[in-house]
Amino acid sequence: MITVSPKTLNDVPAPLDLANLTPEQTALEIKDLNLFYGEKQALQNISMKIPKGQVTAFIGPSGCGKSTLLRCINRMNDLVDICRIEGGIELNGEDIYGKHVDVAALRRKVGMVFQRPNPFPKSIYENVVYGLRITGEKNRRVLDEAVERSLKAAALWNEVKDRLHDSALGLSGGQQQRLVIARAIAIEPEVLLLDEPTSALDPISTLTIEELINDLKKKYTVVIVTHNMQQAARVSDQTAFMYMGDLIEYSDTNTLFTTPAKKKTEDYITGRYG
Amino acid sequence: MKDWFKTGSPWVWLSAGGVSLSLISVIGLLWLIASNGLSYFWPSQIHQFDVVDEHGKQSVVIGEIYDRESIPTVQLAHLDLGREIESETIERILVKTGNRELVSLDFRWILEPLITQRSLPEDVAVVERRSNGNFYGFIEKIVLDGKDVDSSKLDELLERVNEFQAQISELQKVDIGAINYQLERIRLKERKHILDGTLTEDVKADLVSQSDALKAEYQTLEKELLALRKEVSRDQIVMRAMGGETVAINFDQIIKVTFSNQLGVIGKFGVFIEQIYGFIFDDPREANTEGGVFPAIFGTVLMVLLMTVIVAPFGVIAAIYLHEYAGKNAFTKLLRIAVINLAGVPSIVYGVFGLGFFVYMVGGNLDRLFYPETLPSPTFGTPGVLWSAITLAILTLPVVIVSTEEGLARIPSSMRHGSLALGATKAETLWRIILPIASPAIMTGIILAIARAAGEVAPLMLVGVVKMAPTLPLDGNFPFLHLERKFMHLGFHIYDVGFQSPNVEAARPLVYATALLLVTIIVGLNMTAVNIRNKLREKYRALEH
Repeated sequence: MITVSPKTLNDVPAPLDLANLTPEQTALEIKDLNLFYGEKQALQNISMKIPKGQVTAFIGPSGCGKSTLLRCINRMNDLVDICRIEGGIELNGEDIYGKHVDVAALRRKVGMVFQRPNPFPKSIYENVVYGLRITGEKNRRVLDEAVERSLKAAALWNEVKDRLHDSALGLSGGQQQRLVIARAIAIEPEVLLLDEPTSALDPISTLTIEELINDLKKKYTVVIVTHNMQQAARVSDQTAFMYMGDLIEYSDTNTLFTTPAKKKTEDYITGRYG
Repeated sequence: MKDWFKTGSPWVWLSAGGVSLSLISVIGLLWLIASNGLSYFWPSQIHQFDVVDEHGKQSVVIGEIYDRESIPTVQLAHLDLGREIESETIERILVKTGNRELVSLDFRWILEPLITQRSLPEDVAVVERRSNGNFYGFIEKIVLDGKDVDSSKLDELLERVNEFQAQISELQKVDIGAINYQLERIRLKERKHILDGTLTEDVKADLVSQSDALKAEYQTLEKELLALRKEVSRDQIVMRAMGGETVAINFDQIIKVTFSNQLGVIGKFGVFIEQIYGFIFDDPREANTEGGVFPAIFGTVLMVLLMTVIVAPFGVIAAIYLHEYAGKNAFTKLLRIAVINLAGVPSIVYGVFGLGFFVYMVGGNLDRLFYPETLPSPTFGTPGVLWSAITLAILTLPVVIVSTEEGLARIPSSMRHGSLALGATKAETLWRIILPIASPAIMTGIILAIARAAGEVAPLMLVGVVKMAPTLPLDGNFPFLHLERKFMHLGFHIYDVGFQSPNVEAARPLVYATALLLVTIIVGLNMTAVNIRNKLREKYRALEH
């Protein structure tokens, strides 16, 4: 059984009633989502509501579909030719798979950070302002402010403020990942998707990122996919356990880790398989 | 033995052998053309041979030793050499004697046993002339404005003449050339008005007054030119040739007088540098067998640059389409195979295609649409530098496409995803992220394209290269870059000088020198591109692993 740190226990407000969130409380609603890679079904009838301003973690063994589900939220699965989706996802009540949805605009609202840090081969400054440049922002002062704000929010400012115009590729792995987070929040998204953001990092960098996630939820709805159950327990408010393309259990983190309702969940978090 | 094979060292040896073999052939090739080409510029000794021929006749031969070979004595048995020769072979020497007005042949073979005496006369002079080749002989006297003067005045007079010559060529090429060009434009304007039926009296009067003004200007320039010509041809130099004949050479014919036998190593080196400079920057003379190759250098570089400007965007766009947008189906595969196979088509086929499609069809139609006033003489409907550049661009297109595609395929997908996840569209991602990262690969394609195009001659012979182009494709007359003009090319120049020249023997060193120059230029163009690529690589280095 995972021991949940006392800090989390004390901080946590009364758990939300996840099944009956009001529209104001809901950032994302996933409705009967089915996803197929060619003939193979990768996600089955996923329905869940992700609350605003909180950290929601997806856990589960490899290949359970948690990353696939995450990629559905900003339609990164569109890039896979053989991928087909049924059902829908609503962001603030609007279907993101609707006919007239501008995918680029959606992705500006739903930022994403990948497993391996992927800074562009440009300067640190240019990396952060990339999203703004795409929107056509040219005002030097706006860009400068965005860089400072984002890098501060990503807890990287003090380390790089003197070398903003050096190549981003010269940063360490942990710094690069924080840079990528800064790049994602520079365009002020509503939701931030983190796909195993610390799996390629050392423990110290991991700790920095986890602290950062705690700060980020003040402004953004964060959805994180992680392999690491301790991490899910440390950073998240809600946890969803997935297994073989099914959403097995979804509840607030304390409940899921202390009194799981399903046998499969219990087996997984106690390390019986996975 | 088996163990030795297992260690893998035979393979190491084998590959080392392969590498050294290629290295040796490259170095050998460069050494051969460099030594043969550069020795052409080095001033050689002028020998004087006293010869008694087989009929007992005495003569003097003055000239440079060009070549020597040994021939079997038996072959010369029919000749009465005056004495018994014991050795099995006889040396014979090829001497360049010049003096074309006295003897029709520049070269003559001398059998070594017939030479009674040989010397290196100190005061023998080599006169390099604008026509009729070199003159070897002794300076008898100098005639200045009809009066004999001391031969110490030679340098001063030569300098004076060269100054005038420079003025003359400037006047002819730039000023008179511009007037002729404008007159031609006025004539075409008039014809265009006639064709359009808009030639009113006003227009006609205007054109006539314009052309009259130009003609008046031409008259004054011509007078100036005649005056200069007169100045230049004022003085003569009287030379005594090897046979004792005296020949007067006008100063306007003389380019340079060298006393080769008086020169030390430093003096010779000075002449050597001067000769190389002349070779690179002068126009050719005497059916390309003398003078420089500047128009050919210019034509080659201009054509290659034009080709690069055309092939780079098309190749990159095609590669982007094939790799990023085309569906991954059988048709795309077929297209890719077709592109790769295009690289295997013999280049002359491209030449034929270029002639048929670009020159006759596209060019012919362009003429009919935009240049009806010059017809029936074609403007674009004839081989020219533009069509050459386009034909070679098509020839090198597959190279650029293939290497750009490879570059695109090497970019980690995380780069694309990172950009797309930030709300960039596919086109924005391509433009801002993918293309910059792929730029070293694109440069590789361009380098290969340049290397292939700069050495290509066969297709150019059909679509634009000529033996002698009267004007460069770039000059001071609007629109400055004349893409319809024919041009000279170093590769074709080598072929022309080596095989089409009236004086093959004299031209042989020139072939080597031109080949060396062509190699140097291609290497230079490539090094520039490689440098750019290395800078780009450095920028994106961290992505390579």
